[in-house]
Amino acid sequence: MLDWIINIAHAAISTGRDVLPILVILLGFQFLVIRKKVPNFKKIVIGFIYVLLGLTLFLVGLEQALFPLGETMATQLSDPDFLGAKGKPETLQWHDYYWVYIFAAAIGFSTTVAEPSLIAVAIKAEEISGGSISAWGLRAAVAIGVAIGVSLGAYRIVSGTPLPIYIMVGYIIVIIQTFFAAKTIIPLAYDSGGVTTSTVTVPVVAALGLGLASTVPGRSPLLDGFGLIAFASVFPIMSVLAYALIAEKMAKRVKAKKVASSLGSEA
Amino acid sequence: MNPGLKRFLGLFVGALRDLAPIILVIAFFQIIVLQQPFPNLDKVIPGLLFVVLGLALFIQGLEMGLFPLGETMANAFARKGSLIALLAFAFCLGFGTTVAEPALIAVAAEAAEIAAKGGQIPLTTDAQATYAFELRMVVALSVGCAIILGVYRILKGWPIQYFIIGGYILVIVITNFAPPEIVGIAYDSGGVTTSTVTVPLVTALGVGLASTIKGRNPMIDGFGLIAFASLTPMIFVLLFGMVM
Repeated sequence: MLDWIINIAHAAISTGRDVLPILVILLGFQFLVIRKKVPNFKKIVIGFIYVLLGLTLFLVGLEQALFPLGETMATQLSDPDFLGAKGKPETLQWHDYYWVYIFAAAIGFSTTVAEPSLIAVAIKAEEISGGSISAWGLRAAVAIGVAIGVSLGAYRIVSGTPLPIYIMVGYIIVIIQTFFAAKTIIPLAYDSGGVTTSTVTVPVVAALGLGLASTVPGRSPLLDGFGLIAFASVFPIMSVLAYALIAEKMAKRVKAKKVASSLGSEA
Repeated sequence: MNPGLKRFLGLFVGALRDLAPIILVIAFFQIIVLQQPFPNLDKVIPGLLFVVLGLALFIQGLEMGLFPLGETMANAFARKGSLIALLAFAFCLGFGTTVAEPALIAVAAEAAEIAAKGGQIPLTTDAQATYAFELRMVVALSVGCAIILGVYRILKGWPIQYFIIGGYILVIVITNFAPPEIVGIAYDSGGVTTSTVTVPLVTALGVGLASTIKGRNPMIDGFGLIAFASLTPMIFVLLFGMVM
């Protein structure tokens, strides 16, 4: 029991330290520059306390329950013993690591669905678009992007291919997609790259990268362990742009059908 | 039933649904693939309860506190009409929220270790601490500049894609001149800078500004601040690696 209390206190202090600069900036500008009463001040303060309390509990729970498991699993899955090459890790080919790629995709998808920052942006996007972008659709699109990205990133670590090439190709695809995308989705799609990699995804994905780089023969954790976050930030942009394109096409088809059927009934 | 309680119960169920995939993935790999017993259930179950409760509280607080505050401040700045005050606020928000970001502190420390092993800086704790601190300052500065640029873009209504595509091309060009050791960290640093408290605030600020200013569409002009904040750190860290 005592260690729980200590853990919560630790998390509360570190969350508080995180939020303190933001609070100072907000209050400083509110009282020195804007100098106007904030409507519903009490409600906002309570909301802030909820956010702090919520984040603290969230982080304590993750650290107690999920992070240690995620880390050991990443190491176990890439262990040569598990992969059936006991004592001869150098005989392993890139495709022997298939459980690692599946795990990377599954954990990338599921951590993204639980990511609080993404939930926040998805709520805003649904509200502003008047419901034409659904919060769930956006989150699923982003999560699929992260799943593909992290899985490919795991393959890159295993195969030892250079990171810049992947990212460059990713950028080129994003640029091409941008030309075909609706103007209203572009900023949101670009945002979704940075939003996904936050409280839940970063620790789990970083642990996966470092675990892989230290067990795969010939990789150095310092040089090859990085880069998974970069994959997880580029691929959601592509998947959201693709989601928007598909959603638009489907909406058009439904509309065309409706027009056709209404014309048919008139005739 | 009390409507507030009922609402919270709804959020609790929603949070449970959000976390179900992680629980399923971990259980599947633990039991079926690795074929190992589930360890520390006495810690895992209360931990999961904490996570669900925490997420429900966070979302409740988001809609009560962070979103309205960001929008109120955006409105106040737009009505005040002082460009300098708004841009100063934008810079402080970007710089202040990044400099204390724990993920960035961790990444900066690892980057210093790499630089020391690569012989770019002396292999002493002092030199590494200085390097890590400077790197953090560079990233925080770059996020501050990013939010300024992003807010200015909203005011002017410029299309975002030119900035982002230009930024991508810059990243690709600089990568060719940067030391290879820094590239992985630089690319990752774009993702780690935006924390869970920063994202809702910055989003509310952008959307609030775009809704207040005449002729701006919140969908086209309101989003995009986070995109700037994830792009500039890559450029700045790559440059930092070349100069150091």
